[in-house]
Formats: sequence, structure tokens, C-alpha cells
Amino acid sequence: MVDEFDEFDELEFEEDDESEEGKYLTFNLDNEAYGLEITYVTEIIGIQKITEVPELPVYVKGIMSLRGQIIPVVDVRLRFGKPGRDYDERTCVIVVEISDITVGLIVDGVAEVVAIPEEEIVPHPDLDETDSRQFVSGIGKVGTAVKLILDCQKLLEDDEMEKNSQEA
Amino acid sequence: MAEQFINDPMQEVFIFETSQQLEQMEQSVIKTEALGSYPSETINEIFRIMHTIKSSAAMMLINNMSVVAHTTEDMFYFIREEKPQFIDVSTLSDLVFEGIDFMKLELEKIKNGMEADGNPEILIDRIKDHLKILKENNKLTDSQAVNNEPLTEKYYISSSKTAKISEPKTYQVILQFEENCGMENIRAFTVVHNLKEITETFKSTPEDVINDLDCVEIIKRDGFILEIKTSESPEKLEAFFRTMAFIDRIEITETEDLLEIREELSILVSDEAIMVPQLKNPAIEMASAKETPVANGNHSQSMISVSVEKLDKLMNLVGEMVISEAMVTQNPDLKGLVLDNFSKSARQLKKITNELQDMVMSIRMVPLGPTFFKMNRIVRDISKKLGKEINLKILGEETEVDKNIIEQIGDPLMHIVRNSADHGIEAAETRILQGKPRAGTITLEAKNAGGEVLIIIRDDGKGLSRTGILEKARENGVVGDEAANMTDTEVFNLIFLPGFSTKEAVTEFSGRGVGMDVVAKNIEAVGGNILVESVEGRGTTITLKIPLTLAIIEGMNIRVGESCYTLPIMSIKESFIPKSQEVFRDTDENEMIMIRGQCYPIMRLKEHYKVKTGATQIEDGILIMLEGETKTTCLFADELLGEQQVVVKTLPKYIQRMKKIDGLAGCTLLGDGNISLILDVNGLIAQKRFRN
Repeated sequence: MVDEFDEFDELEFEEDDESEEGKYLTFNLDNEAYGLEITYVTEIIGIQKITEVPELPVYVKGIMSLRGQIIPVVDVRLRFGKPGRDYDERTCVIVVEISDITVGLIVDGVAEVVAIPEEEIVPHPDLDETDSRQFVSGIGKVGTAVKLILDCQKLLEDDEMEKNSQEA
Repeated sequence: MAEQFINDPMQEVFIFETSQQLEQMEQSVIKTEALGSYPSETINEIFRIMHTIKSSAAMMLINNMSVVAHTTEDMFYFIREEKPQFIDVSTLSDLVFEGIDFMKLELEKIKNGMEADGNPEILIDRIKDHLKILKENNKLTDSQAVNNEPLTEKYYISSSKTAKISEPKTYQVILQFEENCGMENIRAFTVVHNLKEITETFKSTPEDVINDLDCVEIIKRDGFILEIKTSESPEKLEAFFRTMAFIDRIEITETEDLLEIREELSILVSDEAIMVPQLKNPAIEMASAKETPVANGNHSQSMISVSVEKLDKLMNLVGEMVISEAMVTQNPDLKGLVLDNFSKSARQLKKITNELQDMVMSIRMVPLGPTFFKMNRIVRDISKKLGKEINLKILGEETEVDKNIIEQIGDPLMHIVRNSADHGIEAAETRILQGKPRAGTITLEAKNAGGEVLIIIRDDGKGLSRTGILEKARENGVVGDEAANMTDTEVFNLIFLPGFSTKEAVTEFSGRGVGMDVVAKNIEAVGGNILVESVEGRGTTITLKIPLTLAIIEGMNIRVGESCYTLPIMSIKESFIPKSQEVFRDTDENEMIMIRGQCYPIMRLKEHYKVKTGATQIEDGILIMLEGETKTTCLFADELLGEQQVVVKTLPKYIQRMKKIDGLAGCTLLGDGNISLILDVNGLIAQKRFRN
């Protein structure tokens, strides 16, 4: 393990006294900022060695070992249909757990944890159904900045359509 | 994975306990049938179990189970109380078995999250009819036998025995539940629920057992205290409480103060009620203490049940620790340093880790006994239906295998035993004509052999007919002219092909020819294999070779580019460095190699899994000859990394849900912290064939 990553290691989110409701972990991809509901996030680690698993969609980069637990890792860039990028020391894996399924999400880097009250979140305008929009459940306002709130469940869902197009 | 559907801990306990009790009952009945009569312990046991199930099922609102248990209980109540002289043991056992089957089926439904909707009426009518016949045969009139009252009524008070109507008396009953039985409040609730059957006038301390969470502790500490007003004798009361599950000690004392209780019943009583004066009656107390060991005869307190999930987790952790230990002690930073004390401590750590690993593995090991004993029932049913005489001999039932494997081999074993009983063993007359003993024998034997367990199913029946099998095989077009040259073993192995059955008549038990291929598949799924030996006219022996555990396999790590794969050692035949002139391609560009005059297909893992790095020149890599169930293939990889015991882990759910990747059996962590993918040889070979 390279030393620079240590700052991310074991940065676990303890269950605080305060409610986790309304808090979002934000990260950036290119120019956009995204927010993930913090209840789903179990920890953030630096990028580790990933073992490729054959015959999977491109965005599933493979599997890695998280203290002995083997978890799949998904490149969020590729999942959103953006061009891939080489991993560097800023690259992070956000480990999320939804209904017993644990997945690592590779992002360019995490920003901060912000509280976005429900009234500050506006629904997605639903203009067209392109690939990456379907993961955005709403748009949160933090001051003047805008965070795209991601639907974690959708992110981990694997719709048949997409799988087929990947295989074709 | 039916466990997933169980969310309710109460339901979980109910299912667990009830199925254990049913299992226990089944075994006793089978034993009893062999004896030809029902000893009083068995009658009591069945009575007790049925009573428990009746009330717990009623509590869980599973009425059909409760009703069946109730009717069965009634029948045994009659047998217990009246001790009839003429019991049709076999019909009675049939009925009991049907009852057990019915309840098991309902349990299974509940386990899978369905409604227990089976209709018990036919069964109940038959049990009732049988009870009537029993009574008639034993010349008892209905007035003497008590138990034909409807379910809702209190059936328990035997009017014939306690005929003199005594003055109602008040008793204080202190119930102590067995230590560690868990959910004391629920047990207490069951007691109260049942108590309503014999008296309406009673009061319990603590009062609200369901909603008051502290009461578990109170019951644990002080026992569950009941004040009962009843005309029953203390002995009767005690017998009544005895029938309930998990009760360890019963103290019954007579209290004089009738009025006080009446008052307390009408007013709402506070916690003071716990301090009711205890008038102990030493004689009764002693009597109940004496009886305790009898009641708990088959409960061993030194055992605990743990959920398999926890064990799996523990095992994962230990596996992890073994790897971390290697990561620490073989850390590259330590290279070249002389660290005497460190190496000493490291050795100690290694020793302890290994011991821990062995211990965890041994916890997962379960004896084959219960699986074997289930076969008793199958043999019994078949011999009865087909009018054959068959003895089942069980040897080595204490042999242990991994829990997961036990689950996998239950069905195959059942198929094989069924086949032996149905097709193998001949009818008694035929056997006598052939000079064999009248009764056929099926032997079920388990023994350890190195890293494997052998399960041997032997029968002294008619054996497999070589000509019969070949004829059938030709009919099905499985074999052609080469048949004459086939060895016996090859011929016998044909029975494992799909749709193969030599028995013309399809019976209820077997003969549809779907059995043996499923057997072979299941056994292979756990990494085992099957051998058949048979002598016509003398019998058949089927040997199942099963690995001790699924969780750890002996593997060979290989490298392809930067990726690492693990092959099970069992399937590797040999490995060698090929020369380019030995390799050739056919018109479809399929690569193959000629070795000692035999031609084998080559499969390049790099191309197969589209690995970006790795050798492309055949001379730069190594060929590993893999023997699958049907075919042999040479796998091309960069190099062999070495042999290692690996802990098999399944691929993450996310990936499993996404796609079933053929040829991958799972993954494992290597000593250096990297992940290796475990290859499934049969899957790989099958896929190769499919792609071509």
C-alpha cells in the first residue's frame, strides 16, 4: 500500500448521536458534484488492487478485498457512461451497503459531507432518459452550488437492457 | 436459503424446535415398529411432543398443525391411559408418520414464507377412525375413554380417574425454566395459554409476559409464579406442567388463602404479588426434583445450537487471520533482517492460528447419523408398500462431514437407497428360491479415508444387469457398436446418464429414470464422485467419495498475465511445457495437441477470459491437463505459482446476481493479499464445448 492513501484508510462513519438523515457524502466527477445519502455509506478507502472478473460489464472493474470481505467494485465514471480515467492518489472507493449487498464505488475523490434539508432538494426535471440521468433522484442546493443526488438503489441495479447491450 | 424469509425470531425458534421434535419422534416410532409394540416411554414421548407442538402451533396461529397434533395426542392419550391390549402397531405407525409428514410439510411452507394451508381433515378423520377401532377392539365404551371431546373443550381432565369431585383448592406453582432455553416470557405465555384449558381461575406473576420486557429477567430469577384454583390434585397439576417444553423444576404448594386470591383477581394487582407467602410442601418438591432427570432425559445441557451464518462468519475471520498472519510474518520489509525474537513469536503465532483454524473447521463438522437415520423411514415405507422384507444396517454414523456437504448429499443418498430398496432387493419368494436370506439387507456405511469421506451403500439384491443396461442404452442411442468392448465399470456408469432406468415399471418410489443423473450431479457439485460396483445376482455397491469440507480445497495457483487463478488439485492430471510443433489447429481454428498418441483440445485462459496481459506464444507458457467429468482439456497459462490450501469464498452477491459466470467456482484470498479466482473445471470444459 502506498503511503499517501493512508489518510483515506479506515475512515469509517460511526453512527453518530445525530441523525444521519438529510446528510450526503459529496464527490466530484469532472465538473459535476454528486451526493450520496450517508446512511448507505459504510466507509471510504483508497484505491486498492482490483482483481478483474471476466465476462462482466465494463463498469464492474472486478473484486477487491476489504479486510477479508470480498466486494465488487464499480467505476462510477463508466457506470455513468463517461470516459474512464486512470486512478491516482486522489481516487477513492466509497463502500456502500444496500439490502445486504456491499459494493465499492470508484470515484475521482470525495469532497465533504453536507446536510441538505429535504426542502432544498428539487426533483429532476426529467427531460430525457439518457443513460446517466436515471441514477439522479433529485437535485440538491447547497448555497449556490448544486449537487446531483444519486439513487443508490438504482446505481446497484442491473437492468437487463444494459446488460444485453454490454454483451452485444 | 430459506432462512432468509424468517424474520420473526419467535417463528424461527418454533420451526427449529418443532422440526427437531418431529425428527425425534420419527426416530422413536421407527425403533418402536421394529420392536412390534409401543413401550410406555415412547408413548409418553409422543404424547409429550404432540402436546408441545399442539400448543406452540396454536400459539403461532397455525391451526391445521395444531389440530393434527391434537388428534394424535388424543390417540396416544387413550393408549397411555387405557393401555389397550391390541394395538395395530403398523397402522398406528403409518398414521403417526402421516401426521409427521403433514406437519413437516406445513413447516416447510412456513419456512418459505408461505401460508400453512394444508387441509388436515382427511388425516384427522382417519386418526379418529383408528382411535374408534382401537377402542372397539379393546372393548371399551366411549364413556370410559374420555378423549372424544371437540378441540375447544378442556380435554385434559380425565373424569374417569379423578372421579371424586374435590373441593377446589388453591395452589401456588413456581415454574423454573431450563437454563438457556431463551425467550422465557414466550414459554410462560405458552404455559398460561395451556393453563386456560384446565382452569380459568388463576393468576400469574409477572402478569403481562408478552409486553413487559423486564419479565424475562424476573422469570429467570424468581421463576414463573402461578396461583391456580382448581379441583385437580397436585400430582395431576404437576403432570400437566411436565408436558410443557423447557420446564426444569416445578414447585407446587397448597395455599389456604382462597379469599385473598379472589380479591386479587378482581382488583388489579401490583408487583407486591410477587411476595406471596410461600408455604412449601417438601414432599412434593422432592418428588418433582426426582422426576426432573427423567423428563429431560434427552436434552443435553452441554450443547448449544449456533446459526450456521455465525459459523460462516467465524470461519471467514479465521481464514482472514491466516492470511494476515502470513502477511505479517512474511512481510517484505523484514527481508534480510535477523530477528530471532520476532521469528520465535511469529512461530508461536503461526501455531496458534493453525490450531484455531482446525478448531473452527471441526465446529462445522456434523455427524452423518441424522442423515442416515432418515433412510430408516424410506426403507420402511418402501418395504411396506412393496411387500418386501428389508433390513437397513447403518455403520459409521459418527463420521463427520462439513455441514454444507450434509445438506447436499441428503437427496442423492435418498435416491440411491430408494433405488436399492425398490430395484435392488428382490421379493422374499424370489430371494428364497435363490438361496438368499428371506430379508434383504441394505448397508449404509460411512468412513474416513484421508481427506475424503466414503459413503457406501451396499445391497444384497439382484445387482445390475450388464445386458439389461446395454440393451436400454442401445434403445436410447447412447451407445453404438463399441458396447461389446466396454468394461463393466463403463457400462454401470451409464446409469448416471439422464433418462436412464432399467426398471420397466415406474413405481411411486423410483423408476422414472430421473434419479441417478441428479444423484451424480449433486455429488459432483460438492466435489465428490460416484463409483458403482455390482455382481449380477449378488448385489450392488455404490460408493460416494465426498471431500471432508467444501470450505477449504487443495488448489494449484496459476498465473495468466497479471491475473491469478486457482485450480482444484483433484482435477489436474499433469502439466508440461509444450513445443510449438506439437500444437496444431483444425479447420475451425480449434487448437489441439497430440500427447502420447491422444489428441486434446487446448483452451487458452487468456483468450477465454479476455485477459489483457499474458503469454501468447505456446512455448512461453505451460499446459495443464484437466480432467473433467466427461472430457479432458489442456489449459494454457503463463506459469504455475504453486500449491496451496485455499479458503473458498463465493463471489459477491452483486456479481452473482448480475451474471452466472461459467467456469468460475468462487474466489479466494492469497497469502499476499491478492485475490485469486477459483476455476470450475467442469464448467470451463462444458463452456468450451458449447462455444464450439
